[in-house]
Amino acid sequence: MFEAIAFYLFAFLTTVMFFITVTTTQALHALTALAAGMIFISAFFFILGADFLGAIQIVVYSGAVMALYAFGMMFFDTTRDVKEKNGNKFIVFGLSIIAAVLIVVIFAAPMVSTNIVALHPMIEGAGNTQELGMVLFTKYLVPFEVAAVMLLVAMVAGIVLAGKKMDLSLTLMNDAEIIDAKKEQHKKVL
Amino acid sequence: MEIGLNHYLVLSTLLFAIGLIGVMRRKNLLLLFFATEILLNSVNIAFAAISHYYGDLTGQLFVFFVIAIAASEVAVGLGLLIVWHKRHGNIDLDHMSTMRG
Amino acid sequence: MELYLYLALFSPLAGSLFAGLFGASPRTKIAGVVPSLLLLLSFVSSTVLLIYILSGGEKVHVEMMTWMATGDLYIPFGFIVDQVSVTMMMVVTLVSTVVHFYSIGYMDHDKGFNRFFSYLSAFVFSMMILVMSDNFAGLFIGWEGVGLCSWLLIGFWYHKESATWAANEAFIMNRIADLGMLIGIFLVYWNTGSLQYDQVFATVGSLDKEVLTWMGIFLFIGAMGKSAQFPLHTWLADAMEGPTPVSALIHAATMVTAGVYLVVRANPLYDLIPNVGLFIASLGAFVALFAASMALVNRDMKRIIAYSTLSQLGYMFVAAGLGAYWVALFHLMAHAFFKALLFLGAGNVMHAMHNELDPFKMGGLRKVMKGTFIMMTLASVALAGIYPFAGFFSKDLILEVGFVENHYIIYTVLLFTAGLTAFYSFRLVALIFHGEERYKLFGIHPHEAYKFMLVAMSPLLLLAIIAGSFKMTYFEMVTAVLPATEYHVHSAIAYWIMTIGTQLFVILAIAFAYKKYANNKVKVPDGTSKMENNLCYKTLSNQYYIPYIYEEYLVKPYRELSSVFWKQVDMKVVDATVDGIAGIIYAGGEKTRVMQSGNLSTMLKWMVAGTIGLLSFAVVFGLAVRYSGEIKIILSGLGV
Repeated sequence: MFEAIAFYLFAFLTTVMFFITVTTTQALHALTALAAGMIFISAFFFILGADFLGAIQIVVYSGAVMALYAFGMMFFDTTRDVKEKNGNKFIVFGLSIIAAVLIVVIFAAPMVSTNIVALHPMIEGAGNTQELGMVLFTKYLVPFEVAAVMLLVAMVAGIVLAGKKMDLSLTLMNDAEIIDAKKEQHKKVL
Repeated sequence: MEIGLNHYLVLSTLLFAIGLIGVMRRKNLLLLFFATEILLNSVNIAFAAISHYYGDLTGQLFVFFVIAIAASEVAVGLGLLIVWHKRHGNIDLDHMSTMRG
Repeated sequence: MELYLYLALFSPLAGSLFAGLFGASPRTKIAGVVPSLLLLLSFVSSTVLLIYILSGGEKVHVEMMTWMATGDLYIPFGFIVDQVSVTMMMVVTLVSTVVHFYSIGYMDHDKGFNRFFSYLSAFVFSMMILVMSDNFAGLFIGWEGVGLCSWLLIGFWYHKESATWAANEAFIMNRIADLGMLIGIFLVYWNTGSLQYDQVFATVGSLDKEVLTWMGIFLFIGAMGKSAQFPLHTWLADAMEGPTPVSALIHAATMVTAGVYLVVRANPLYDLIPNVGLFIASLGAFVALFAASMALVNRDMKRIIAYSTLSQLGYMFVAAGLGAYWVALFHLMAHAFFKALLFLGAGNVMHAMHNELDPFKMGGLRKVMKGTFIMMTLASVALAGIYPFAGFFSKDLILEVGFVENHYIIYTVLLFTAGLTAFYSFRLVALIFHGEERYKLFGIHPHEAYKFMLVAMSPLLLLAIIAGSFKMTYFEMVTAVLPATEYHVHSAIAYWIMTIGTQLFVILAIAFAYKKYANNKVKVPDGTSKMENNLCYKTLSNQYYIPYIYEEYLVKPYRELSSVFWKQVDMKVVDATVDGIAGIIYAGGEKTRVMQSGNLSTMLKWMVAGTIGLLSFAVVFGLAVRYSGEIKIILSGLGV
């Protein structure tokens, strides 16, 4: 009973939050609503007994990712209303719903027909975090390392892209401009 | 009232649809990123639910990796977004038409 | 003996490949000499085999390798040297050796000297496969090989429009006949389950008569094409566009006799169907007369000899059709010698006269070309069948066969034709070598051919004279495999009357020819004389208007039909379909490029649409797999 109430409550909240995210004209509202939706989703993880994922969800999404977005938004003018011309709304909604239904059908089909054999069954008596750790550092060690490398690469890429003087393009400039730019650089050094 | 796997799947679908609406509707690139986050999260719920109901940890592991991917995507995507904004002064999709065929 | 067999078979191939190496380089003597020597080797090997067979040796049968083996079909590359094929091998290698050496002189000034020898040796190789193969498939390979080489050699001077035309005509006519041949071979395989001669002929006896008749008819259609029998005869005269040695080798001595060889080889089959045999004999007699009549008035030296060949082929078919296979083969051999000699002599004359072919423009050449004169005269005597030359023994034998078998009409026709043969042969000799020196009017200075060319021709001359004396030896040898029927007129008086009568008739014809054409009054015809405007003469000189009829009633309607198909079917249906498909795709691309607006938002929408398409496919296929059993039941209920 408690589970049902929690599920419906959070389902409602998540849906509303995400809906606000995709419909509002205020970027700040969208960001806030998204962050809220992320936290509500972590509630589902807790309900489902995936405590570790719930924690991750809060830490990574609501913490790191949202913080990144917040920083990113500082570069842009966020106070202004987001103006968007839109074509046929029915197309947008129709396509989305059809796609979602199809995906559910595909996911649901094998479950309805046959029982999936658990490849990595939950171990009785161990906490969720421990279980996850056991599987992650045995069976999924290599993907885990790859994911780590990928994150490193992403970090480097983010720093390089955002930090370097990227508004200069040597290919788009003519020779005189290039010489000017070089002189300016030298001046700074001196 | 028992909450079953199908409840979660329907919720996941609903969120996925919302995400798709956002993807198709948004013209502002930053808000488009938000919509993709919604897509990823909706799938995460489905994974976690399936993992729970079948007693298999693989689903949870996938959620873990999806979160990692989402994080790196945000890092790189935002970097690109900033570069674009510096050069063109806006992040509007309708202004990106260099791929006209 | 196998070594000799392989030597005889493959040394022409080696020669051809050797000459082919020099194909693109300028004229080199060695490209002619080496193939000739290799052919000599082939000839020597054949001789060894002949002696071996003559001395009572077993026939040599080798299986070089498996060619096709699928299911019940088994066709090896097998070769057999028995009494029949060794005869043919001797004829082929001897004549081609002579022709090769002769050609070194004849083609001396030709740019395509190397190419010529490559083709010529390749021809000999194909011919050897044809005669030596122990199955119908190998025979067919050789058959097509000689056809190809014939095409190459007729069209040797390909810059001449007429030569390419003649080459194509010969090739196409042979294709028509080869279709019949192929059907015949299929029938053989279908009904006997094998293509090996020995197995086929062991089983033909138990087959249905009707099937055998069709088999015989279709195989004979193939023979008709290759041996230029009516109505597929027009190509042979036109094939004289090729170099003269080619005419001597291919279109007189070897390739055109392949048809006769086929009938002789298939003798157990034709023995069972005497009706087809009679048809072959009748057609042969008709062609003999028909071709001889065309030779009477022709004004092209080589064409006259070509018609004579045609006529003699008719004789051979008479003998083969009446079951006298060994006689046919004997005449084939004798004919090869004197006809090749005649052609080579004509080649000398042509050289001397700077490619002039009209005998009316020659005359009196015997003073400058003594050697050629003697050779051609003797060859003509042999052709006419005067005792004791080769033609007498072989040709008179055919007449006797006709008489003994009680086919008096055939006999009469052949007898009459013998007279015509003598007449046109000596008309030619008289016009070329006797009478006034008309060539002076055209400012030509004739000269005798190279000495070694005459020497090269001498073996043929010798054989043209003495070949007849081998009759009994040959009979004893070849009847080991062929039906041994001796043809003797029963009463001695009748025999002597017949022989002497024939001889007298022939001699009279010769005398008439000399009287008419060897005097000084012969003028170059200019189309005004009374004889030339005679209907008979016109019909004959236009070859019974048969080429004209072919052109008018076969070629032109076919061309019209092709044109209709081209414009109506090809352009409006086939091309239109192809263009239509291209047009649809093109227009589709033109329409859908609007999709590529460059707007990322639109693209995202398309992406979602595409995803939906793929997902629907996944669902549909998933359902189809899930319910495949039910779907099958429904489909089978619908009768699919």
